[in-house]
Amino acid sequence: MATRRAPRPLVVLAVVACAITSIPLLYLVVRVGSSGLDELTMALGRQRIPQLLGNTVALATAVTISCVALGVPTAFLLTRTRLRATTLWVIVAALPLAIPSYLAAYGWLAAIPTMNGFIAAWFVLTLVCVPYITLPVAAALRVATSGLDDVARTLGYGPVRSFLLGTWPQIRPATLAGSLLVCLYVLSEFGAVALLRYPVLTTAINQAYGSSFNRNYAAILATVLVALAVLVVIAEQSARGRAKRRFTAGSGVVRHSVIRLGRWAPASYSLVAIVPLLAVGMPVGVLFYRLLQAETLRELNVTELLAATANTLALSIGGAVIAVVLALPIGVLAARYSGRIVRVIESVGYLALGLPGIVVGLSLVFFSLAVVPALYQTAIVLAFAYGVLFMPKAIGAIRSSLGQVPTSLEDVSRTLGYSTSQTWWLVTARVARPGILAGALLVAVTAMKELPATLLLRPTGTDTLAVELWSRTSASAYGAAAPYAAVLIVVAAIPAFFLSGARRAATEDTA
Amino acid sequence: MNTLSLSNVNVNLGESAVLRSVNLDVPPGSLVAIVGPSGCGKTTLLRTIAGLQRARSGDIRLGQRMLTTHGLHLAPEKRQIGWVPQDAALFPHLTVAENVAFGLGARGGAAGDSRSLRKRSHDARVTELLALVGLESLADRSPAQLSGGQAQRVALARALAVSPQLVLLDEPFAALDPVLRAELRIEVRALLRTQGVTGILVTHDQSEALSVADYVAVMNEGEILQFGTPPSVYGRPATPWVAHFVGDAVVLPGMWSHGSVSSALGNASSEWVSTLPAPADGVTVSLMVRPEQLVVAVGEDHGAPATVNSVSYTGHDAVLGLVLDDGTVCESRVTAAGLLSAGTRVTVQIAGTCLAYPV
Repeated sequence: MATRRAPRPLVVLAVVACAITSIPLLYLVVRVGSSGLDELTMALGRQRIPQLLGNTVALATAVTISCVALGVPTAFLLTRTRLRATTLWVIVAALPLAIPSYLAAYGWLAAIPTMNGFIAAWFVLTLVCVPYITLPVAAALRVATSGLDDVARTLGYGPVRSFLLGTWPQIRPATLAGSLLVCLYVLSEFGAVALLRYPVLTTAINQAYGSSFNRNYAAILATVLVALAVLVVIAEQSARGRAKRRFTAGSGVVRHSVIRLGRWAPASYSLVAIVPLLAVGMPVGVLFYRLLQAETLRELNVTELLAATANTLALSIGGAVIAVVLALPIGVLAARYSGRIVRVIESVGYLALGLPGIVVGLSLVFFSLAVVPALYQTAIVLAFAYGVLFMPKAIGAIRSSLGQVPTSLEDVSRTLGYSTSQTWWLVTARVARPGILAGALLVAVTAMKELPATLLLRPTGTDTLAVELWSRTSASAYGAAAPYAAVLIVVAAIPAFFLSGARRAATEDTA
Repeated sequence: MNTLSLSNVNVNLGESAVLRSVNLDVPPGSLVAIVGPSGCGKTTLLRTIAGLQRARSGDIRLGQRMLTTHGLHLAPEKRQIGWVPQDAALFPHLTVAENVAFGLGARGGAAGDSRSLRKRSHDARVTELLALVGLESLADRSPAQLSGGQAQRVALARALAVSPQLVLLDEPFAALDPVLRAELRIEVRALLRTQGVTGILVTHDQSEALSVADYVAVMNEGEILQFGTPPSVYGRPATPWVAHFVGDAVVLPGMWSHGSVSSALGNASSEWVSTLPAPADGVTVSLMVRPEQLVVAVGEDHGAPATVNSVSYTGHDAVLGLVLDDGTVCESRVTAAGLLSAGTRVTVQIAGTCLAYPV
């Protein structure tokens, strides 16, 4: 029962987990705050910061707008029209989620090496981010009723106005939530924009950190970036406002009319096909073309490739273990108890969702240097960064898999003579285990694709697949990068796609 | 054999009182049905007896064992009370036999992990328990492969595994279809009786309560309004509310005079039902009549003249909606043979003794 008061030891553990994950960030903020007003105003007054800020905001805005423009019509076509092979199209629409942005950028650069600047970054990021709009809007359209549209039509409004009056208010929250995801994604984006040479806050942070005499400047930039992310989250929340719960699950069966495409069919099929084709088909195609070139195969260093793969696996599995250990008390609290403390703890746990990887990386650099210098540039700190970054995924998995264990199972176990802790191990944890393991695996495969924090924190000489792919691509060695990209797709992108629930969310109820 | 007794049990969920000074004595070996509308606290009462919910105050004892007293609380795992929840709650990672073996586990001192359960799942006692509910052949099935009725039987066998003196059943038949439901409750009744186990059954279905239980406790808003055998609860409900809840009732205002009440339906000998002393003559009371006590006749002089207003036909009998000439509305249950059509002029008479309540 959700009304029970949370046991104190569990709350303490959850608070400790929250503290562990947020201390590095707090440290970063404190460090910036204590760096002295003079230094701060000087850094903020520099020419570069307004320009970087402008670039970042422009890119985030442009990508969000184009994603909404592509994603909402795509979602409509997938749910409300008589498309052939809908299930297949729905899966295809989710595919770009599996491709890390830098891999898409790699594919396009390998094909057109002159791509760079705002347009290039906007183009590639739009391709990668469209599913963040398409999937939630399609889900909202599936549960939305078109009955209101019908009423509007009978009252004399045309089809477009009827849609705006009837269906749009029902999918507006999903569109806003998707836009928030896109916006945060672009703010924290590093790999693709760096490869496409468009200067934004994240790339400047990386640069400032690289020129190690100026690390305070990197910290200030990181704080600006976090402030920007916080602003976006607040803006989304206030835009969503009270409309949020106005159209909650209708009673019983949802009816909607299915539209015949008729002469719009060619345009419709083009729209649903174009994004996946450009975001996934093109880069993967280029990748395999490069991979199979004689030159690539001749230069391939199998030992290095295997070493990078092994490093990637070891680091990401370590990260997954840390994420699950940290997430466990928070997930248990969130699944089984309610109350203000529980809500606060849970939202702190989800904090990393809005945190750019490069900020987490940077804050851990500072924190480890200041507190435990022995750990600086060790695999432990990197795995820990993965743990912090992807803890929200682990919390989500733990929460939902525990939520699916009926409390009546625990009741029965107690009456059969098992104590609270025995019941937890023999029943609750046992029944939730597959879900928690799947969550851990999801964290691992997501961590494999992580780039910015990895670049900052990796131990010298330890290269992962993502780092190798990135450094070779930025040196325009597209052929040499191809094997790393291929292995990354095989070990991370494909399992991530099947685990992430993106496919499940996409295909739900389309039969 | 031991009596379960609750005295002055109070339970709060958060700020609100869910049970208010509940007193209940369950005779050993009997089956008690707790019946009431949803939200009346009947499931909370069951959970409190099982120890899954803490009482704020009051005593609960089973024979000489104190389960709850002065705010002290015996953990549910130490109470040895069987629990059959509404959703059956079979452990999804265990087979049918392993579910039952899980029940044998803790008190047998054995572990409840999957491996030891697999070993114990073919113990003679497990087979015996499954045979009791007629499911030996399904021992190796997984819970997902069972029908609703089968799942409830397994849950019962598992609850019996701890050799409880008392089994609590929380609306175990609610999710079943009516035919299966009737069959299963007769079976459960017989099984508890042969095992000599006391049972408490929570249900919101008053006909289920009346048909299956030795005693019925009627609850509303956290209080037990009446406890008694089914005929006494139906035949002599403690309040008009109970009368309405356990069956159809016609309640009319009337005037008390010497053990009889005069109302729109004429004079009827009536019994005073209240803890208050019988009223003086001429005092207004509430008269309760069961619809089957109202005899409808055509073309007779005796009785109150009325018109049939509506007919609701159910097959084995029918309920006639009547409007007396003074405008009073009531209803009468008649056999299908006595069916009349709407608009018929009739006379209405009361057969037998009625009940009178304070207004």
